[in-house]
Amino acid sequence: MSQLVQIAPLAPAEGTFPAVPMLGLDTLWFQVAGTICNLECTHCFISCSPTNHAHAMMTLDQVTSYLAEAKRLGVREYYFTGGEPFMNKSIFEMFEAALAQGPTSVLTNGVLIKDKTAERLQALSDASDYSFDVRISVDGYGPEDNDPVRGAGTFDRIVEGIAALARVGLNPVITVTEVCGEAGTRAGRTRFIELLRSLGLAQPRLKILPLLRIGAEEQRARGYHKWESLAGAHLTGDELAALQCSSCRIACASGVFVCPILIDAPGARMGDTLEATLRPFPLEYSACFTCHAEGLSCAT
Amino acid sequence: MRDVTRVAFLGGIYSNYLALDAAIRAAKARGVDAIWALGDFGAFGPHPDRSVELLREHDIPGIQGNYEESLSSNAEDCHCGYTDPRDNHYAQISYDYTFAKTSAAYKQWMGTLPKQARLELGDQRLLLCHGSPRQINEFLWESNTPTPFIDRMLDANDADLIVCTHTGIHWQRRDDRGRGVVNVGALGRPANDGRTNVWFAILTSGPHGVQTEFVPVEYDHERLAREMTEEGLPDEFVETIRTGWWTTCLEILPAKERARGQF
Repeated sequence: MSQLVQIAPLAPAEGTFPAVPMLGLDTLWFQVAGTICNLECTHCFISCSPTNHAHAMMTLDQVTSYLAEAKRLGVREYYFTGGEPFMNKSIFEMFEAALAQGPTSVLTNGVLIKDKTAERLQALSDASDYSFDVRISVDGYGPEDNDPVRGAGTFDRIVEGIAALARVGLNPVITVTEVCGEAGTRAGRTRFIELLRSLGLAQPRLKILPLLRIGAEEQRARGYHKWESLAGAHLTGDELAALQCSSCRIACASGVFVCPILIDAPGARMGDTLEATLRPFPLEYSACFTCHAEGLSCAT
Repeated sequence: MRDVTRVAFLGGIYSNYLALDAAIRAAKARGVDAIWALGDFGAFGPHPDRSVELLREHDIPGIQGNYEESLSSNAEDCHCGYTDPRDNHYAQISYDYTFAKTSAAYKQWMGTLPKQARLELGDQRLLLCHGSPRQINEFLWESNTPTPFIDRMLDANDADLIVCTHTGIHWQRRDDRGRGVVNVGALGRPANDGRTNVWFAILTSGPHGVQTEFVPVEYDHERLAREMTEEGLPDEFVETIRTGWWTTCLEILPAKERARGQF
């Protein structure tokens, strides 16, 4: 059964919502595992879980078709996300196809990365002229911080995945959300960097992400306040250009959406092809406020 | 007027006036018709005015980099385009020093420079820019600038060849017709390869189209390192000059470029 919690646009409190222009499609995301995930994190902004089939897995044909269109449009970089991308049986063929035409990243919880997977990823990376980034999410310095958010026993499995990548010479980017309260501070960053060094990463790479108060996170903490909206806001050209939706789109099994955050919003589905989505988009969702106020970009 | 067939392009100088002096002499020894500077004259190194004096003494035309844009508009930071606090920490030290030590007259002059320039070399239309044709501080690294994206930039700008810098590591990707990108690297600091030399590029038009030569430049890097220390610049910057390995502003590097470095 679909667990889609549909996100409705806000009613304009005063004035109208600014529209973000499409300045050029630089970043193409693939919701490659739909909303299907082996974990059920309490802060997931699209409520992914083993039983959430709101968005289906993408097929290899779907991905290669969008890649062909992306090549024609001159896309700069590719990101694979989910759900958990490594639950898609065609994921390695998809990586290979993407890496043939541009730099590629995968966002994963890391728990399915064992030595054999790490070796395959390293071989894919070596075979491409372009950079291949594995990005792993962790939400604490140890099981006591991480596991209440990501699930019992996950910290140890995440750390094993990171160590497996380190052993084959891959240097994953580690992302931490601000569910880990200290993560955004200098002391918190330093602590994470030390943790990563202890796992064998000589050049620790860390990205801190703000929380999006939608999906499961709305239940865990809170939803958006009424004032957290871009209704009536006047954004400058530079501010609009800084939003990832001015240069990204996400392909799902069901079509192309404006950005990775709004795939549960039916109004954010912009078309069947990439070309059909190269037009302005009104910033009428609460999450748009976070991207503007926090300078959030899902890209690395 | 003599046809221009051979042009030298100098990437980020970052106040390394000793390397700049050596590069100008190397370019002239190779018989170039012109030398262009692609911005970021100051940053990182000591005595930023000395590099500007050399450029002006040799009548070297230049375009603005993000440093010239920031210095000439009294901006509070370099707008280097970094996103990680670790990168921005050192970028701010570099900018604050350079801002304080650059004369008002030179800051004003920087603001008069164009942000892009176009040249014709043989049958190729060159677009000179600091970062990318669309953004002065966009990083065009080899491993994250795919060919379809390069084609898009060339088509959008009616150009055959983008000549840029900003990343600090030289590379090129060109198709059979010579269309593509040449990132000329930087004179200001080594290419994160464990060697102390720095790089610039010469493009030469000939019967087989426009050829690229990346030119290594040896210079008195120990003297530069001493002067940086005397000026109170961070030990991390000095270490890079002495070892050829980048120690700061590393988080912006894509995976492949990062993996080639020591830190």
